[in-house]
Amino acid sequence: MVEHEHTAHSQVFYIGIGVVLLILTVTTAAVAFVNLGPFNPVVALLIATIKATLVVLFFMHVKGASEKLTGVVVFSGFFFLAILLSLSLADYMTRSWR
Amino acid sequence: MQDSQANTGSVATIDHESYNPALRHHFADPQQQKNAASLGMWLFIVTEIMFFGGMFCAYLIYRLAHFNAFAAGSQQLNIWMGAINTAVLIVSSVTVVLAVKAAEMGKRKALTGYLVVTVLLGATFLVVKGFEYAEKFEKHHVPGPTFNFTDKFDDNGKQIPVNPKEAELFFSLYFAMTGMHALHMIIGCGLFSTLAVLAWKGHYTTNYFTPIENAGLYWHLVDIIWIYLFPLLYLISRHS
Repeated sequence: MVEHEHTAHSQVFYIGIGVVLLILTVTTAAVAFVNLGPFNPVVALLIATIKATLVVLFFMHVKGASEKLTGVVVFSGFFFLAILLSLSLADYMTRSWR
Repeated sequence: MQDSQANTGSVATIDHESYNPALRHHFADPQQQKNAASLGMWLFIVTEIMFFGGMFCAYLIYRLAHFNAFAAGSQQLNIWMGAINTAVLIVSSVTVVLAVKAAEMGKRKALTGYLVVTVLLGATFLVVKGFEYAEKFEKHHVPGPTFNFTDKFDDNGKQIPVNPKEAELFFSLYFAMTGMHALHMIIGCGLFSTLAVLAWKGHYTTNYFTPIENAGLYWHLVDIIWIYLFPLLYLISRHS
């Protein structure tokens, strides 16, 4: 009847991504107890970003989306967030007189 | 849909082989309709990212300014409850994506089941969060007139005293961010409960399950926000 697009992945694939996300959660909690000096928050945020990327690409179906505009909107969201954070911190972190 | 037939009076010209009651007349085909709905949902998600982004920005600025107090505050949070909730949300994201898959394959019972499990996992998250908040009230770590913070920042064995006012700032941000996240979870649970009832009644077919997909996008967004909240709030200087 009416053609409609199937998302490319199987249930097993989604469960696999879920398992990877759980392993990364255990990793991030375990690494927090290891003293890496200034790299503790870096590693924590890196793992969080990997997890978020997996969710966006596979659970939210951005990878393989038929509408390319979706990718542009997603990118613009993170782009404006980056502007918000980087320009605000560029101000607060360079107030050497304080 | 039905009204388009009535308005144009062109019922006779409708090709009954390809007639899809879920297709609104201003869209060329179901795929275009689905893409438009998905794009609209993504635009909403971008506004949500910016909304939470404001709080994340405030958090970063104050954390850089008052690191010791933020670390002392973070060390008072219950890391296990936070980690368990992270896992609960990840599992719920998997059930959501499985629900979308079930909807796509027209499996009504599986779809309803996954939606119900998602609501239960969401409720589990909120119950754990409730116990955490109760602990905060008991320890007088809730910002306000009764706020009391005497704990020190344990910097690898060195006990560094912190300004309680600065610790109060950490807990203000903790409650603002987790509270706003919990509000999104409550809305999500309501949303998915409604979808579960409609799915059980056979409201969604392989031709039309856009609400499942879009509610799924919302749920994943709420999951992603928690993925960032967990390390930022719970995991500051835990190695001491």
